Amino acid sequence: MATKNETVIKVEPGKQELFITREFDAPRELVFRAFTEPQLIEKWLGPCKLTMKIDKMEPEGGSWRFLHFDEAGNAFGFHGVTHEVTAPERLIRTFEFEGLPEKGHVSLEKASFESLPGDRTRLVIHNVFLSVEDRDGMVQSGMEYGVRESHEKLDELFGQMLQKA
Amino acid sequence: MRRDVFQAIADPTRREIMSLLASQPLNLNSLADNFNISRPAVSQQIKILTECGLVVIRQQGRERYCEAKFEQLHEVADWVEKYRKFWESSFDALDSLLENLKAEQKAVKKKK
Repeated sequence: MATKNETVIKVEPGKQELFITREFDAPRELVFRAFTEPQLIEKWLGPCKLTMKIDKMEPEGGSWRFLHFDEAGNAFGFHGVTHEVTAPERLIRTFEFEGLPEKGHVSLEKASFESLPGDRTRLVIHNVFLSVEDRDGMVQSGMEYGVRESHEKLDELFGQMLQKA
Repeated sequence: MRRDVFQAIADPTRREIMSLLASQPLNLNSLADNFNISRPAVSQQIKILTECGLVVIRQQGRERYCEAKFEQLHEVADWVEKYRKFWESSFDALDSLLENLKAEQKAVKKKK
């Protein structure tokens, strides 16, 4: 059963974008802080098997770089440029994963923070990629960190096709 | 060109073909009747779908029937689910952090 704080991913076939939506039981000023203050980001971002370190986090107009370390000590780097920081409603940055065989597969990421009644917040992350392949590659990698298998919960887009089968 | 499920469903015509085949197998002519594009063009799309493992062609008497194989689509759903789970685990941790921050704010207010 879906609760209101469920993470929803929207991935339409043949498009170069994806959407991540999630609601939080906290005012957006707080959620925004959790996204922009380095000591707070390190406490939640990244799968639990990896530890996260902020290498760089410059203000608007500057660059950012995060490192995820796995149990073996291997580092996975992500970096980009911070395009816009408009507290408490919007963050825009470029994003690139350093682990790809080829450089230049950058994406544009916009995070919107919307106030909801009851001191709650809706977060929508909109990622736009340079190609459908880049977008699909990101999703297919699943960020490859071996998260726990779950019940098969079908994304709504494919739900209808599978229902007919 | 990639021949995987994601690539297969990237095209709207191919999605429509899969939709039509979901109810029943169809021979190429019946399938092609549903589209404005030429028969060879529909054939080409079927070829891509068979290469991606989403359609299989079976001979029935003199007819060749296209049959949809939906197990491959679970692959796509699995990928999306894995990706969703990655974010879910981070957001769950964020939930905890936010609870702590809210509690801290309350504590500060009380002192004032």
